[in-house]
Amino acid sequence: MSIAIERSKLGIKETPFFPRLKELSTTAHWEHWGGYLSPSELESLELEYFAIRSNATVFDISPMCKYRIQGPDAEKFMNRLITRDVRKVKSGRVSYVVWCNDEGHLLDDGTIFRFGDDDFRLCCQERQWDWLISAKLGFDVQITEETDEIAAIQFQGPTTCWFLKQLGLEGVENLKTFDLKYFDWNGNQLLVSRTGFTGDLGYELWIENKKALDLWDALFALKDERHIRAIGSGALNLARIEAGFLAPHVDFLSADHVIRSTRGRTPFEIGLGWQVDFNKGQFNGRRALLKSQKDKTDRYCFVGFEIDGNKPADHSLIYYKKKQEIGHFTSAMWSPTLKMNIGMALLKLPYGDSVQEELWTEIYTEKELKYDVTMAKLKVTDRPFFRNKRRTATPPADF
Amino acid sequence: MTKKYDSIVIGGGHNGLVCAAYLAKAGQKVIVLEANEKVGGMAITSELGGVKVPTVAHIARAVHPKVIKDLGLNIEIAKANIPMIALNTDGQHLKFKGDQVSGMNGAIVSAEDIKGYKSVHRNLQRFAKFLSPMMEAKAPKLKNRDREDTWNLIKLGVKLRLLGKQDMQEFLRIALLNIGDLLEDNIDNKQLIGAAAMDACWGTHLAPRSPGSVLTAMYRETGDMKGTRGAAHIVKGGMGNITDKLLKICTDLGVNVQTNAKVSKIVVEDDCVKGVELDGGEIITAENISSNADPRRTMLDMVGAEHLDINFTRRINNIRDKGDTAKVNLVLDRLPSFKGLSEEDLKARLLVCPDILYAEHAFNHCKYGEMAAKPALEITIPSVSDSSLVNDGKHVMSIVAQYAPYKLKAGWSEDTRNQLFENVIKVLEQYAPDIRECIDVSETLSPADIAKRFNNSGGHWHHVEMQVDQMLMNRPIHGAAQYNTPIEGLYLCGAGAHPGGNVTGVPGMNAAKRILSQKK
Amino acid sequence: MKKYDAIVVGAGHNGLTTASFMAKAGLNVLVVEKNDYVGGAACSLELHPNWTYSNCSYVCSLLRPEIVRDLNLPSYGLQVVPYSGGGTFMANGDHLAHYTDHDAYRQEVARHSKRDSEAYERFSTFLSKQCRFVKPLLMRMAPDPTSFNPRDLHELMFLAKRFDEFSEADMHETIRFWTMSVAEFLEEYFESDVVKATIAGAGIIGTALGPMSPGTAYVLLHHYMGEVDGNIGAWGFARGGMGAISKALAVCFKDHGGKIVMGSGVDQILVKNGRAVGVALENGNEYYSDTIVSNADVKRTFLQHVERKQLPEDFVRKVERFKIRGSSGKLNIALDGMPTFTGVEDNHPMLNGDMHFTDSLERMERAYDDWKNGTWSKDPYVDMLIPTRTDPTMTPPGKHYMTVFIQYAPYELANGESWDGPARDGLAQSVIDQIAERSPNFKDLILHYECRTPWDIEQEAGITEGNIFQGELTFDQLLFNRPVPGYAQYRSPIKGLWMCGSSTHPGGGVMAAPGANAAREILRDMGAKQTVRG
Repeated sequence: MSIAIERSKLGIKETPFFPRLKELSTTAHWEHWGGYLSPSELESLELEYFAIRSNATVFDISPMCKYRIQGPDAEKFMNRLITRDVRKVKSGRVSYVVWCNDEGHLLDDGTIFRFGDDDFRLCCQERQWDWLISAKLGFDVQITEETDEIAAIQFQGPTTCWFLKQLGLEGVENLKTFDLKYFDWNGNQLLVSRTGFTGDLGYELWIENKKALDLWDALFALKDERHIRAIGSGALNLARIEAGFLAPHVDFLSADHVIRSTRGRTPFEIGLGWQVDFNKGQFNGRRALLKSQKDKTDRYCFVGFEIDGNKPADHSLIYYKKKQEIGHFTSAMWSPTLKMNIGMALLKLPYGDSVQEELWTEIYTEKELKYDVTMAKLKVTDRPFFRNKRRTATPPADF
Repeated sequence: MTKKYDSIVIGGGHNGLVCAAYLAKAGQKVIVLEANEKVGGMAITSELGGVKVPTVAHIARAVHPKVIKDLGLNIEIAKANIPMIALNTDGQHLKFKGDQVSGMNGAIVSAEDIKGYKSVHRNLQRFAKFLSPMMEAKAPKLKNRDREDTWNLIKLGVKLRLLGKQDMQEFLRIALLNIGDLLEDNIDNKQLIGAAAMDACWGTHLAPRSPGSVLTAMYRETGDMKGTRGAAHIVKGGMGNITDKLLKICTDLGVNVQTNAKVSKIVVEDDCVKGVELDGGEIITAENISSNADPRRTMLDMVGAEHLDINFTRRINNIRDKGDTAKVNLVLDRLPSFKGLSEEDLKARLLVCPDILYAEHAFNHCKYGEMAAKPALEITIPSVSDSSLVNDGKHVMSIVAQYAPYKLKAGWSEDTRNQLFENVIKVLEQYAPDIRECIDVSETLSPADIAKRFNNSGGHWHHVEMQVDQMLMNRPIHGAAQYNTPIEGLYLCGAGAHPGGNVTGVPGMNAAKRILSQKK
Repeated sequence: MKKYDAIVVGAGHNGLTTASFMAKAGLNVLVVEKNDYVGGAACSLELHPNWTYSNCSYVCSLLRPEIVRDLNLPSYGLQVVPYSGGGTFMANGDHLAHYTDHDAYRQEVARHSKRDSEAYERFSTFLSKQCRFVKPLLMRMAPDPTSFNPRDLHELMFLAKRFDEFSEADMHETIRFWTMSVAEFLEEYFESDVVKATIAGAGIIGTALGPMSPGTAYVLLHHYMGEVDGNIGAWGFARGGMGAISKALAVCFKDHGGKIVMGSGVDQILVKNGRAVGVALENGNEYYSDTIVSNADVKRTFLQHVERKQLPEDFVRKVERFKIRGSSGKLNIALDGMPTFTGVEDNHPMLNGDMHFTDSLERMERAYDDWKNGTWSKDPYVDMLIPTRTDPTMTPPGKHYMTVFIQYAPYELANGESWDGPARDGLAQSVIDQIAERSPNFKDLILHYECRTPWDIEQEAGITEGNIFQGELTFDQLLFNRPVPGYAQYRSPIKGLWMCGSSTHPGGGVMAAPGANAAREILRDMGAKQTVRG
């Protein structure tokens, strides 16, 4: 007996916004993100980057993994999962969070949205279903994945609040950073959170798939009044480095995916120690992290640098006194806004921590098929590199 | 707040009692909380049809000499060093005693096979002797070791070398081998192989062809209770006598032993134990808690996942702790007549497993969640050796039957339990045709019944399956293998801890030592 | 009397590897082979006009790249082409297909279980860790833990150091993995029957164990640690069939001045005063050398070709108890065209790889129960491939060759029946029926088939009991225990008599590592130029 199997084409999927992105793409630079096709650049990396810092930009984040956690034990569950104290995240708020395995090594970072006492959404890059299901053992919660049901865009730039007001979202200007709110928009539930990855004024908009294009079109209908631009991941990445945010697979690897046992990192080792709240009670990895703090077994630190010269130092090795190799840049760039050469690096302790002098990086640059190497001096710098009051001003200005 | 007790022991099985006794001897104020109305766990003697039956465990092999000596445990033996008789439908049985094997009623065992059996037996005993010191210490960690771990590892390495080149080679070869192959390499007699092979598999999810069954055979031989390594004894008054005496030792040492006290929760605060909560809501506080309950029940039900890490609970959840061994206890009006066996012979351990294939066929069922149609049996009739168990000429027959899975596809019910009973009796009838007429009262315990009655997760004899991946530093799991758990002050002291099951008292003893050594 | 520097008995891929490395060192080497062709169980034969069959072994992944490179085999015609696809046809008409694309495969697994689709990544990471641990051991001598020899101690330290690179949790997991059954191991990751069964196949191929037997998780690793171009776990076809590997090795050997004598097997390995001095062939010819290397399995070498009185009794006993039970059969089929399979469209990528019909561990284990009973599986586990979808050299255009590996088939049937009769066809029919159930036009396309039982494999390739690994891959026969304790370093009790077959470390599969490792040890002992790295 043979039964008919309903099967869609397997492989890379298209997001709900794909039809618009496809129209806008002139460079046809696409990449794979979590099984979806995502633009790395649509027209021009440069124009897209500057639009983030001076206009309104739309980046499709529908591929983000979205998990809904609900039920009587939801708060307990979340609190055990992540390193921060979830009880301090009030209903209607978003929080940046990280979570670890039993060894205290980072699994992923993401954001949690608290919709109610026992209703959360977890958003992140890596798939976590297997982990969440394992974590569920012994907790009265329901976990559902919403990745394929909810479309989302990151709407970032100084004029974004103006756009949202034009959409008729009443009171949207009162949203503070990390606030979230459902708005009734043309009879639809539109979730707006004042969050983002750019260090600038911006929002993330969440809507059910079938209304996704309506939302897109409504925003772009205003393009004659104020400039609005869809962007690819390349431009976003520049803004995120300026903002000093970490990217998984770039600045750290999920401990679940490392083959070599020495490649896992504690939050402390990548500058996220502030995320760890030892006073809140048990959370996953707490015992290991307490021990690593007590025994001082952390081996790395994560540092922001200003780099001499203007050559991007991405992946460059870092030396102490130009000799001893002590680490490398995980993300680095020439910042077009700051006119500064910046980067974030993973260094072996104590370098970057108690030893901050005599740090150099070896930058290779290709000049017409010939490689030059320069030693550039490094200066430890606070992150974020890019700071602007408009990120947190409430209500935001129109531009 | 001052804690009421130094230590709480959850569960009054023999290991719990041993642990409590050791702690009390060291001057601790100890309370034992037993959920049932009687202590003893699976090593008890209960009343059935007016006589005393060994409800689960029926043979003593391995109560550790140290436990006996340290606690002054005086085990009265009704019949020491009983032989094993492998039954044959024609009455041509084989009799095993120590390293000797002989044919009965004309059964022929060749000189080569006698020699072969002797050499296998010798090796198993020799390797068991090599392994036994490891049982008395905590299992060494491989990384992040303390000095004791490193020392134990070095000792192990040196001892292995001291076996000599030949024995060391042989040990490394057979350690993970299956018992069937080992016996077949040395012996031709199929009946002999079948019985000796099955005898390595009691209480496990292994059959003669399963790799790892040599290790369980060695483990059995580590028992050195009355100076005869690996020997089996019938305890006067049944196995409950051992736990009754342990109870007496405990109370004499001032241990407060509470029965009908079921622990519902271990109270944890700030990663440390505070005490326990009983079913009725009463809270008892203590510095330390050692749990004789199985690891799954202890960690997931009593502590709760919220206090534990996720991979840790994943591992706990993956523990294989579902039993395959059922028990049938019969109260007999008279002794049945076994073909070719005298009354004296009935003091032996009687084994039904004609050959390896028989055991494999019985095992096949259980792999798929069915009970064996023709189970392999281990039978004792303790009343022949110990008349104090019975009166009015009655007798007690205790039958271990394999294999019957805890998770029966059809589910355990009155019907399936009856089916199991029928399967056992049908097999038995081939050797003792009048067995049915002798039965006065019977009791059938599936692994699910054992689980329910003795409050353990899978009704497993050894709490946690005895296979190499769940032994030593992996028993029951990484992260709880040195008696202590991630929760400060919480220890495991039951058969789920190293070195494992059987009535040995060693996990209890080792856990107590660990608790005392970690006391600030 | 001509005397060779070395004589290799058997022109299997390992024998030829040893011979090639020795010839490359400038030695005068002779290979003697009983068949009229080289390759042993790695051969390509035209058993149906214009059809080339890889009639025993059929895919490769384990063939060590350093051997291919050092013997320059591509220049002698060897090309290994990776294949993709494969999967399991399920009894309910559905299937689980393997896709090379990560996302496509994840979605495919998710059709059966969402959780498994993600657990698969955790599982792959774990296996990668194990491969990383075990791979360097393949091309090294297995140290003898009972020896105080500095070299053994050094190798033991190397092993301990590798092990120490694991995190503590992984160490414990490693011990478990090496001893568990593949069924129980997979149970810890997966929930879907078909996912578990599809992965578990690699844990039983060639073994006398079922997926529920402890120790099979390691066998899984043995099949996963292969690679094609650094893609761990990838498998490939040798262009021209598996014989292309042996052929390239033979040409390489001859190119370095080696000589191969075919058509007559060894009757006896000549031993004088405890030293090997030569070989006497069945046709009466004798050849002489102080170094004899046997590619035959350890049982055949010492129980058939060496006089018992020349060997220590203890060694003979160890060899006698060496476990080499055959458990697999093979069906080779010439097809008039590409068969269609219900439930998947023509040209589905799945058809390019290894296909199976066993969709649960229970079915797989029940197939093993049949083996224990001394009969072939009525519902066997098969590993079925159509190499001609990738390799254009094996059949005329438009026609196809199908290779079907069958698990389980015992060497001896319980009822005493001979394999050389209706039984062989019975085995073939049970497989053909299984395939035809899913492929309506399959039976009509069959032009010719030949079935190989363990008995046939013994007859033809000369492997005792037809065990494809020249000895089971259980822990008692791995590393320093392979083939027998005390003789795990390619040497034998007879001076000058060596072993180089899959009976030795690291074991079976068309890996050539035993051959290379043996050559390294021999060249070292002879003080000859070292041509094997490591």
